Amino acid sequence: MKLAGFLLLAAGWAIVVAAVALFSATALGTGFTLAGMGVELLGLILVVRAHIQRRGQSA
Amino acid sequence: MSAQLLLSPTAMAVCVFSILLVPLAGTGLALINSGLGRSRSAAHTLMASLCVMAVAAVAYFICGFAWQGFSGLPSYAATVRGRPWGWISTGHFFLRDVAFNGSGASLAAWFGMLSAGLAALIPIGSGAERWRLRACCASTVLLAAWTFPLFAHWVWGGGWLAELGANCGLGQGFLDAGGSGTIQAVGGLTALSIAWILGPRRGKYAAGNMPAAIPGHNAVFVLFGCLLALVGWTGLNSAGSILFMGVGPGRLALIGINTLLAAAMGALAAAGMTLTRFGKPDASLTANGWISGLVASSAGCAFITPGAAALIGLVGGGLAARSVEWLESRLGVDDPGGAVSVHAVGGLWGVMAVGFFAHFPAGANLNGSRQWVAQLVGVATLLGFVFPLTYGLNCLLNRFYPYRVEPEGERQGLDLYELGAGAYPEFITHTDEFTLG
Repeated sequence: MKLAGFLLLAAGWAIVVAAVALFSATALGTGFTLAGMGVELLGLILVVRAHIQRRGQSA
Repeated sequence: MSAQLLLSPTAMAVCVFSILLVPLAGTGLALINSGLGRSRSAAHTLMASLCVMAVAAVAYFICGFAWQGFSGLPSYAATVRGRPWGWISTGHFFLRDVAFNGSGASLAAWFGMLSAGLAALIPIGSGAERWRLRACCASTVLLAAWTFPLFAHWVWGGGWLAELGANCGLGQGFLDAGGSGTIQAVGGLTALSIAWILGPRRGKYAAGNMPAAIPGHNAVFVLFGCLLALVGWTGLNSAGSILFMGVGPGRLALIGINTLLAAAMGALAAAGMTLTRFGKPDASLTANGWISGLVASSAGCAFITPGAAALIGLVGGGLAARSVEWLESRLGVDDPGGAVSVHAVGGLWGVMAVGFFAHFPAGANLNGSRQWVAQLVGVATLLGFVFPLTYGLNCLLNRFYPYRVEPEGERQGLDLYELGAGAYPEFITHTDEFTLG
């Protein structure tokens, strides 16, 4: 789950970079940038949950 | 600003004076980290701070500035839709191509050396009392020689984030004058990685996963550190604004006022919140609020009004006070110095706040005023690139060179175990048995 979370973080960043590179300052570019941030947020949640579970198992 | 361009004598004098103040920011952080830990590891925390500053300076001298570069120096760039996207500088190692004649590049190298040290000091707060000194230094090499310079090139070295305005029409491009993202968020995200890799301190979550309170040993260190940090941060924000944003010395009063106001409102927010909740203001959380206000002020210090700076500090201080508790009790992150809340959360907030509150001089090319999108791209880069990178590098290093001290060392305290002498030899040092009852 941790690896998946970090992959989602990187994928979200890739979406954001692609959005500003391909669509520049358009509404579509802004939309894709926000979508990329959403993917990053999912990744962050997964990474955090993975670490909470690991702590629960080791306790 | 071109690397070859010499600063005016006034700007250079002000910049040099400002850079001279920057080490006080590091001094403040070192005192805060030491004061928020237990007395049995106090000397170790300060020793680690000194060693980290030393290692960071050497690593940055060897290759850090070569990767970071400066606006106007050559860099490797990918061409996207006919526009160059600089991703890493092509400078020489050991500062061999820097002209020490008052050029912007020479001052940026000096400033960057101190900034790398400051970023490397931040994880000491989250890894306190269980991070081996040698591992701490090894991790600093990764941060000061690679992670920090790479991101600093993108922001301060004329890289793709700085050029988002010219290349993509996003406001003025990603703005971070004093390093809310470049120094603080990079250090704060590394601090989170270190806290996760090391795990919590022995006894922190002993009773049914409820966190035990392990109070710091010296509130005087912590609060004095805050006052020193204010001086250092004023220098940091002033020097960064002159060097990387081309701000004239005439705006330094605004930068100083904004820095002070943000810190003041951050501290008052945290003090007010703890007063309301516990009936008395909490010294350590108030200190965290003060520093979080400073951290949040850095990115836009030269482009915001004093009123906006006060609001940014207020939110920064409130966020820090809330997230310290949230990280500890909900997410199980044992962060004795509050480094993640103060530097990562505060830094990311400071970066985004520029997009909402920045005002630019009349005549500036606003590019459709999509400044907030440029700032959002910077935040996405910190979370989606810098965080996985710093976590991955530290995980890898931890496999070959374990970060965490032996259980016996943690029980004794790192002062005795790693340094052979305590910080306060004439006083009784409390052991785990005392703390846990």
